[in-house]
Amino acid sequence: MRFVDEYRDGEAVRRAAAAISSAQTRPWTLMEICGGQTHSILKFGLDQLLPGKLTLVHGPGCPVCVTPLELIDQAVEIAARREVIFTSFGDMLRVPGSRKSLLQVKAEGGDVRIVYSPLDAVKLAEANPMRQVVFFAVGFETTAPANAMAVWRAHELGLANFTVLCSHVLVPPAIDAILGAPDCRIQGFLAAGHVCTVEGTEDYEPLARKYHVPIVVTGFEPVDLMTGILMCVQALEKGEAKVENAYKRSAGSAGNPAARALVRRIFKTCDRAWRGIGVIPQSGLELRDEFKAFDAAGRFECGHIRTEEPKECIAGEILLGHKRPSQCSAFGSQCTPEHPLGAPMVSAEGACAAYYAYRRTA
Amino acid sequence: MTDPKSGPTLVDPSQWSCPAPVAPVDTIQVAHGGGGRMSQKLTESVFLPAFRNPALEALHDGAILSLPPGRVAFSTDSYVIHPIFFPGGDIGSLAVHGTVNDLAMCGARPLHLSAGFIIEEGLPIADLKRIVASMARAASEAGVTVVTGDTKVVDRGKGDQIFINTAGIGVVPEGIEIAPTRARPDDVVLVSGEIAVHGIAILSVRQGLQFETEMVSDSASLHDLVGAALEVAGAHLHVLRDPTRGGVASALNEIAASAGVSIELEERSIPVNEAVQGACELLGFDPLYVANEGKCLAIVAPSRAKAVLEAWRAHPLGRDAAIIGQVREEPRGRLVLHTRIGARRIVDMLSGEQLPRIC
Repeated sequence: MRFVDEYRDGEAVRRAAAAISSAQTRPWTLMEICGGQTHSILKFGLDQLLPGKLTLVHGPGCPVCVTPLELIDQAVEIAARREVIFTSFGDMLRVPGSRKSLLQVKAEGGDVRIVYSPLDAVKLAEANPMRQVVFFAVGFETTAPANAMAVWRAHELGLANFTVLCSHVLVPPAIDAILGAPDCRIQGFLAAGHVCTVEGTEDYEPLARKYHVPIVVTGFEPVDLMTGILMCVQALEKGEAKVENAYKRSAGSAGNPAARALVRRIFKTCDRAWRGIGVIPQSGLELRDEFKAFDAAGRFECGHIRTEEPKECIAGEILLGHKRPSQCSAFGSQCTPEHPLGAPMVSAEGACAAYYAYRRTA
Repeated sequence: MTDPKSGPTLVDPSQWSCPAPVAPVDTIQVAHGGGGRMSQKLTESVFLPAFRNPALEALHDGAILSLPPGRVAFSTDSYVIHPIFFPGGDIGSLAVHGTVNDLAMCGARPLHLSAGFIIEEGLPIADLKRIVASMARAASEAGVTVVTGDTKVVDRGKGDQIFINTAGIGVVPEGIEIAPTRARPDDVVLVSGEIAVHGIAILSVRQGLQFETEMVSDSASLHDLVGAALEVAGAHLHVLRDPTRGGVASALNEIAASAGVSIELEERSIPVNEAVQGACELLGFDPLYVANEGKCLAIVAPSRAKAVLEAWRAHPLGRDAAIIGQVREEPRGRLVLHTRIGARRIVDMLSGEQLPRIC
């Protein structure tokens, strides 16, 4: 299949693995920021081909994982209301809140529906003027443009029955928080290729300079990932700390100007809590005041719901790369995909779920 | 009092009419399941003409059958698919194929089916006729007869158009012993064709997803394909399974667990067509977990693997058949995948449904 096979070619991957081995003279620790990359690395078994002295740490780039528990609780509260059609991307439905998940709300009679695009939720609102349609707007920079477009469209149509429950998060402030932590051991980053496709690479330049780390924009297929790792290792070996792009077929330095403009028209940056990590300054997006009418937390007055994270879960240490999932005492015993104690076990792209799925005994 | 001068208004009886009180019934009503005259009429006008056979026409409470010698295989399954009509089939053909295939996977020759219909009030009778005709066609192609049945009607909103249960019996020939526990180390794993087609076809119509090529379900009766494998492998054919819900990964995990063996798959050998692969990439699905309705997995002694492969490839339903893996001793109960880049990983059971991802 075109655009897939050439990036999953075993020969090309092995060549890149050999190049990494010969380029590397001492141990290095890299972080892949995005859960999609973690998933690919474990699914294809790329880590098995890398030299032992290269450590990959799995970063917090999984939107399902970092969505705070209290936001799930707010979603559950809204979705249970009779007048509401609650719409969401599929993988948010299974995430347990402190009492139940959206799938349970659906089983109890709530009108919870999977949509493939937030614009489908706007269409639902047009078609159901007597119902309140709410879209669960989570995700990184990648989903922000489509969510912004949905709000813009609802605004243009003058829809009074469409709102979004918004918890967008941004990658560069998270990298800043990870690198700024006192015991950080990350020496190089693989940035998320699709995030840079939208937002460009300019925001990473100051980070590379401030912390003196190489940041390589990297895709998601095996050849993409191995190329990103190779470029990062080469930069570390040379002592260089700049932003490089290993995903040029999709990402450019300016990103997608139309998408960026739309996101900035609808949203503004805000402090945001990340599940398992805590509040990271200016790391989220919220609706601008002129679009506050589309804010579901305001319309349904559920912003007061606050929830504590369970104590057993070491999600924070996992998401910051201090520990591997298999180093958690609950992993695979008290904590499984059926009974997750924390978010990284819930989402298919969470680091704990990826370890559970691909790395137990084989 | 009537004014004597004008007298009572006269009516002309020749102009009287008696309008038909009820329009011809063209949708299912609760009374169709009530056991009375409307039920009888539905049986006579829809079910009997389609399924016609002596056992059914006796209209007894049950069918009385004579079976050929051998052990009897008996299976049941319920069908609740949405939408009820989809590219490549409908709930009727699926209800026949599914149970015929469950029997075939026991190594049985399928013989007779029962059919239970739970219909939601308001289903157009034309739709019911179409579904029943499709069942009759599928049954005749599979060489089975529908010998007994039942119809219930539920209030509108209490069902989803129509649910069908079919149960079936078949006879297992002497010397054939098919069971998941019989997978043993060194056995070879085959699949009869491209995987994940049905699940993606249903999802694409359900969600209105458009792809360059139309996705058509692979729903089909597999008894003939099983017959072809039995002919060349006989008792050396150890396990058969149709990987429906949960896909190839779940079916092979179950077999590995019940036989206490490990199964190793070679990723590059697993046939997946481009359209299905593209849809899976888009949705974040793994084709190994997507449902099939016309594919068969076989676990065969190594000496007969090539013969089964050739027999399948010569069959219209098995043109894309492939050897996809082998049974090993360790790690017991696990399905292991050799990835296309040369690494190894486990393939686990899914904990729930696959859900489309965010990004």
